Amino acid sequence: MTVRSAFTFWKLVFYALCAAGIYSTYLRVTGGLGAVTNLSDQFPWGLWIGFDVLCGVGLAAGGFTLVAAVHIFNLEKYKPVLRPAVLTAFLGYLLVVLGLMFDLGQPQRIWHPLIMWNPHSVMFEVGWCVTLYTTVLFLEFCPAVLEKFRLHTPLRWFHAISVPLMIAGVILSTLHQSSLGSLYLLVPHKLDKLWYTPYMPLFFFTSAVAVGMAMTIFESWHSSKAFGRALEKPILAGLARVLVVVQSTYFAMRLMDLTNRKAWGLLAQSRPETWLFLLELTLIGLPLIFLYQEKVRNNPRALYWSSLLVLFGFITNRMNISLTGIERASGVSYFPKWTEIAVTLFIIALGFSLFRLAVKYLPVFQEPGVEEIGSPRARELRRTIAA
Amino acid sequence: MANAILFDSTKCIGCRACEGACAEKNGNPYNDSIAAQEKISAHKLTTIQTKGEKYIRRMCMHCLEPACASACPVGALTKTAAGPVTYDPNKCMGCRYCMTACGFGAPAYEWNARLPLLRKCDMCSERQKAGKPTACTEACPNEATMFGEREAMITLARKRMAENPTGYHARIYGLEEAGGTSVLMISDVPVESLGMPANLAGVTLPALTWRALETIPSLVSVGSVLLGGIYWITHRRAEVAKEEGRKS
Ligand code: SF4
Ligand code: SF4
Ligand code: SF4
Repeated sequence: MTVRSAFTFWKLVFYALCAAGIYSTYLRVTGGLGAVTNLSDQFPWGLWIGFDVLCGVGLAAGGFTLVAAVHIFNLEKYKPVLRPAVLTAFLGYLLVVLGLMFDLGQPQRIWHPLIMWNPHSVMFEVGWCVTLYTTVLFLEFCPAVLEKFRLHTPLRWFHAISVPLMIAGVILSTLHQSSLGSLYLLVPHKLDKLWYTPYMPLFFFTSAVAVGMAMTIFESWHSSKAFGRALEKPILAGLARVLVVVQSTYFAMRLMDLTNRKAWGLLAQSRPETWLFLLELTLIGLPLIFLYQEKVRNNPRALYWSSLLVLFGFITNRMNISLTGIERASGVSYFPKWTEIAVTLFIIALGFSLFRLAVKYLPVFQEPGVEEIGSPRARELRRTIAA
Repeated sequence: MANAILFDSTKCIGCRACEGACAEKNGNPYNDSIAAQEKISAHKLTTIQTKGEKYIRRMCMHCLEPACASACPVGALTKTAAGPVTYDPNKCMGCRYCMTACGFGAPAYEWNARLPLLRKCDMCSERQKAGKPTACTEACPNEATMFGEREAMITLARKRMAENPTGYHARIYGLEEAGGTSVLMISDVPVESLGMPANLAGVTLPALTWRALETIPSLVSVGSVLLGGIYWITHRRAEVAKEEGRKS
């Protein structure tokens, strides 16, 4: 296939997904949840919560991990991938909110938790985290837009508030990632013993940090393909090193938890849950074998595939907790209706195209300009460098 | 002085008068085909389930520490002092966490409505305020569904058991389940064998999430100080390095 025909092929896929998504949206709006989902009183949360929300939020975790690394731990080296990670996170959160608009029965009341409080509810915490952190991500991404239009005065304001903003962002996402795990603490009677553990908040957080790195590697690879950019090899190798440490910690904690809960015996039963659980553990453990090898970390293609495994492991885990692990107790079997899948793919397609657009028109992958500092001296310096 | 419902499976004759009265009170349709649906749904807030020769009644159990109320982000579900767990349709945003949380499968959703709401038994909260028993109690011809103060219902259950020790399994379902409920059940066999959840004895669900939520204030305060401190140290080091670089 030539480059050109490949390009039209993906364009066609994109338009097809949009068409299916828009049609499903029409059905959702006119016919309610019953018309477009296979949800029921026994199985009230499906693909949209399991994938769009649980995975969506996790895959956006690159934003806060890199903000913490670059700005708080002052690891300047990772700066070139910071902005794309923040952009991914920002778009990710916008799409999570979009997904919620499909899933909520009363989407026009999405703001209710802001004024109607119930501090005993994890969902209340989730609602606040989504709102606040999306705002923080918006503010963190603003400088890219301001730089584009050379608006120096507001840029300086952003610089002034950036430190507290970043700290708030890191804390909010820590809370948010872990709170998605806390949601399931309430259902020991529903979630299968293979997955139910009081450590779910910790596990959700740790796996999100790992997947944040994997996501950053994933999108660097893709955008370097798409835009013919040179890959930030040493940076990605460094990220991979952090990734393998975090992922190993996560993997070890999962195994220890199984031991502590004396849950290994459950694996002796041959049921679908067992196989999906083993698949999940394999996908979490396998990339470790690759990523511990230096030659894999320094080989972009191998690194890319290992990161992909991490992503798949993460997604399998979230889908297992939200769907596989709940199904037996619910007493019904659930498989998403085509319209549910169409909406999810539509949202993903939107995400890809928005990311493309932003990268095309905004200084995302450029070294954040020296101008960011905003002082006249810096601008002068920049001009000298440019000349 | 919280009220409760006592359901005595040994006295239930499966006439479904309670279902009909409930439908009427809540403005739901009721006919033979609905009567045959032995499942709680948005148009059937309570149901009698046939289990061989026996009957069991399913409805919201009005837990003393309701998982649904602790789950609801907007506080649309409330445990009232009088006993009922009530629902405020004006607050609900339709996240359905309450449905995920409830161990009794009680909340039902209007799946086919464009802007759906939750439907759930509210133990005739309005009738109670007017001093009346629940509609289902009033309809029951055989004292299988009884209504009164929770203590009185427990006493009544124990009295029936004492009068007929061989006729009853000697345990009241709902004393311990999910931290205690305001619907109590007795039968000649364990009600778990009639389909009541067996995995809720002695578990208070809201406590499980509260343990995690409780840590948020300290996480936020310790976290901010820690991150601020790390920022200060790492950037201080960079500044010092810069200073020294300039000197040399
Ligand atoms: S039975 Fe379910 S809906 Fe009813 S109060 Fe208990 S948790 Fe809430
Ligand atoms: S569906 Fe409504 S009542 Fe249930 S938890 Fe969500 S907001 Fe509360
Ligand atoms: S009205 Fe009473 S006897 Fe008739 S089905 Fe209901 S609980 Fe049983």
